[in-house]
Amino acid sequence: MSLAVEIAFKLNGSPVRVSIPATMTALSMLRDQLNVTGTKYGCGEGECGACTILVDGLSVNSCLMFAVECDGRELTTVEGVAANPVNDRLRDALVEHGGVQCGFCTPGMVVQSKWLLDKHPHPDRHQVERGLEGNLCRCTGYKKIVDAVCGAGGSNE
Amino acid sequence: MAVIAKDSLIGRRIPKMDAPEKTAGKTRYVQDMKLPGQLVGMILRTDRVHARIKRIDTSRAQALPGVHAVLTAADIPQKPIGVNKDNPPLKGDKVRCIRDEIAAVAAESEEIAKAALKLIEVEYEDLPGLFDPTQAMQPGAPVIQEAKPNNIAMVFDYAHGDVGAGEAESDVVVEDEFYLHYVTHCCMGVSGVIADFEPTSGNLTIYSNTQVPFLHKREFSEVLGMDPGRIRIIQPPIGGGFGSKLDIYPFEPIAVYLAKATRRPVKLVFSREEEFIASPTRQPAIVKLRSGCKKDGTLTFRTVDILLDNGGYTSWGATIPFVMMQTFSSLYRVPHCLYHTKAVYTNNPYAGSFRGYGNLQATFAVEQQIDKMAEAIGMDNLAFRLKNAQAPGEVTGQGMVFKSCGFKECLTTAAERSGYVQKFSANAANRSKPSARKRGIGMASMLHVGGGAKIYPSDGCGTILKLDDFAHVTLITGASEIGQGSETVLSQLVCEELGLPMSAVTVVNNDTEITPWDVGVHASRTTFIAGNSAIGAARKAKEKILALASKVANLTPEQLDMRGGCIVRAEDGEVVMPLPKLLRSLHFSDKAELVMTTNYYEPPSVHQGKDFKGDVSATYAWATQVCEVEVDTDTGIVKLLKVTAAHDVGRVLNRLGLEGQIEGGIVMGQGYALSEDMVFKQGKLLNPAFRDYKLMTAPEVPEMDISFIESMDGEGPQGAKGVGEAPAICMAAAIANAIYNATGVRMTNLPFTPENVYRALKGAS
Ligand code: FES
Ligand code: FES
Repeated sequence: MSLAVEIAFKLNGSPVRVSIPATMTALSMLRDQLNVTGTKYGCGEGECGACTILVDGLSVNSCLMFAVECDGRELTTVEGVAANPVNDRLRDALVEHGGVQCGFCTPGMVVQSKWLLDKHPHPDRHQVERGLEGNLCRCTGYKKIVDAVCGAGGSNE
Repeated sequence: MAVIAKDSLIGRRIPKMDAPEKTAGKTRYVQDMKLPGQLVGMILRTDRVHARIKRIDTSRAQALPGVHAVLTAADIPQKPIGVNKDNPPLKGDKVRCIRDEIAAVAAESEEIAKAALKLIEVEYEDLPGLFDPTQAMQPGAPVIQEAKPNNIAMVFDYAHGDVGAGEAESDVVVEDEFYLHYVTHCCMGVSGVIADFEPTSGNLTIYSNTQVPFLHKREFSEVLGMDPGRIRIIQPPIGGGFGSKLDIYPFEPIAVYLAKATRRPVKLVFSREEEFIASPTRQPAIVKLRSGCKKDGTLTFRTVDILLDNGGYTSWGATIPFVMMQTFSSLYRVPHCLYHTKAVYTNNPYAGSFRGYGNLQATFAVEQQIDKMAEAIGMDNLAFRLKNAQAPGEVTGQGMVFKSCGFKECLTTAAERSGYVQKFSANAANRSKPSARKRGIGMASMLHVGGGAKIYPSDGCGTILKLDDFAHVTLITGASEIGQGSETVLSQLVCEELGLPMSAVTVVNNDTEITPWDVGVHASRTTFIAGNSAIGAARKAKEKILALASKVANLTPEQLDMRGGCIVRAEDGEVVMPLPKLLRSLHFSDKAELVMTTNYYEPPSVHQGKDFKGDVSATYAWATQVCEVEVDTDTGIVKLLKVTAAHDVGRVLNRLGLEGQIEGGIVMGQGYALSEDMVFKQGKLLNPAFRDYKLMTAPEVPEMDISFIESMDGEGPQGAKGVGEAPAICMAAAIANAIYNATGVRMTNLPFTPENVYRALKGAS
């Protein structure tokens, strides 16, 4: 068993204190230790974006981040994005534009889009496509997800 | 009195019912579940491609603290699974491919399970490997499965007409060999299962991603030697299927055996690398095709000889010839057709079913030869296609009956909307220009089952419908939801019958103890089969409701209708009574009753015999897709610019969901053609990661122009047909034709990665 480390951070606005093995990823801390399962495992190698979370407002693949690195930071997961009514516009857009099928990529898409819209409140289509490039979806063919994020950002193109 | 106008939900854009929960991260997939006392299950897979197992020693793994069970073949009954019953869940005597399961552990944590696997010692005696299906048929080739000493796993033969006579009347004959590669499903949710066995009651609950819960239940009872009545299959939301979950695979019984051995629930979930190595692939194929036509463009014959690499074991991949032959025999009118397919064992991985089920492979060959023949006789290839295209009323050599058929409309619509004919000749004329970047346009069409496929004696689906005192409907259906939106379209069909808003329905669709039988989610069948089943149940409910209302209103049932949650007068929509009130009056009367109905729908299709003849589906879907590409002849990079698609969908039910299926299928087909490629060397997968196995990403998605042809199928639910697989089918063929149009080079081997295209272009010049 690897060494346990105690860390403290803010998760979706609430303080959290946990003891975790030093080798644990932030993703498995969230999912296996804290049972916050909205964030998904898709590859564990930083290639699919299913595990996207915000760390101090920056979008991060939580599968590539050690849990210990969360110490003293502020984490936002899909649950945190959904808890804030400001983000209903984005979620509604994903629903209404048909951006969700099996939904397994959706939490990552939601968090990444939230980050994108924070950075570019009115992104054009190209910016959205580029911004979602690291998030794989096997179901939708992306078009409706891009439509939704453009729609939520108030731009039609 | 209030009046409610007649309204319809059909053709609307209706958001997926479970999407809000999914955007909140609330949906709990099997990967997210945790049962009390749950252990982690993990499988030891071999690193040999073909070897005899001489010794397995698990004693050190057993002794590791936190390990609850270690199993090998010696600990479980040797009951092989799969289509040929040739795949023991744990291999005891020998291993036949790199994914082979040789031991399994159940432990307190993932870390301990991993450590335990490392402590298992295995001694092998290597056997000669076989990686080329043509070599597998040579005399003296190593034997993979002892029960099949000639390595032939399966053979399919089909014929109509007399190809000799057809060839004799041909003016042009073309012959090619096409090679289709390995790709895999890449569901974003990896494979996983939780097995929960209670020894005192003998009850087994399996939380499974399966697409076929009722067939699965039977499979499990056979493998485990259990009473099927004790087996319950619950399907948590599924993170993608695409056909990959149509068979039972070794990891599932292994999880059950671990649960039995430990008396604890065992959760077994793959890593992504394991998913690449140990979940099924699309069936690769070598297709030899010979076709002929007359000078006027009339097709004369087709001879097909296909070799399939079966891998070490047999799953559904080996049965794709069943679907492939439909395209060879019946997409166009072909008077003479001779078809032979062999699947042979090798030490490669084995293929499962995958969206399109062999039709991508068949269409790839057929549609390229259509272009070749048209060119050979100097005929415009659209005109060539229209001349031979099937039309309503045709009965094919295989006995398929095309009652509704929008094929010609698909061809003309896609051609007109893309400017196909003009662009095709302009591009061809531009080939000789010095610029390295060439534009190309290519077309392909497809025929696929659209009304189920009776590959089992029953192709039906059951529905149970109940209305509560507030007119809320619970729709209990056998149909599985894998992200395609079945729950939404089924609710829509029920609401259309009962004049209710979408919010009036809750769907229950994921528990074999509750839901009525269904053959499973495959063959693009759910909207058609489960849709008809749901409509039938709703009509029975409506009949009962209107019979009661007619007594209250003093009108005949025919004079009444259901709209906006009320009983209304049919002629003018005047409200007679709100539906909840009527339901309560029925419930709280002397002869108290509830509105609950059941329905089982069995499509009017035929279970084919050994000659593969008969009308296997209640209807057929058609599509034409036109792809426009830019080929960089310096680098071999092919960019897909635009796809113009026309699909005969029978009728548009949920426009949003339908578009989603078509777009997703187009992009999946794009990946198959341009970038996805499992690279094997001596049976070992070299690229088991998204870093080296490239799925399409958002910036690569082409412009898509999608048209729907509404042929209003007489048997379809509100006239609709199944379309789930259709959009992926034409893409590789259309892109190949577009590359030819751009460069004059015919690409017979997939995939069209820059390297392969570059080599083909250089080889040709
Ligand atoms: S799970 Fe982190 S990027 Fe795929
Ligand atoms: S919706 Fe299934 S992976 Fe994106």
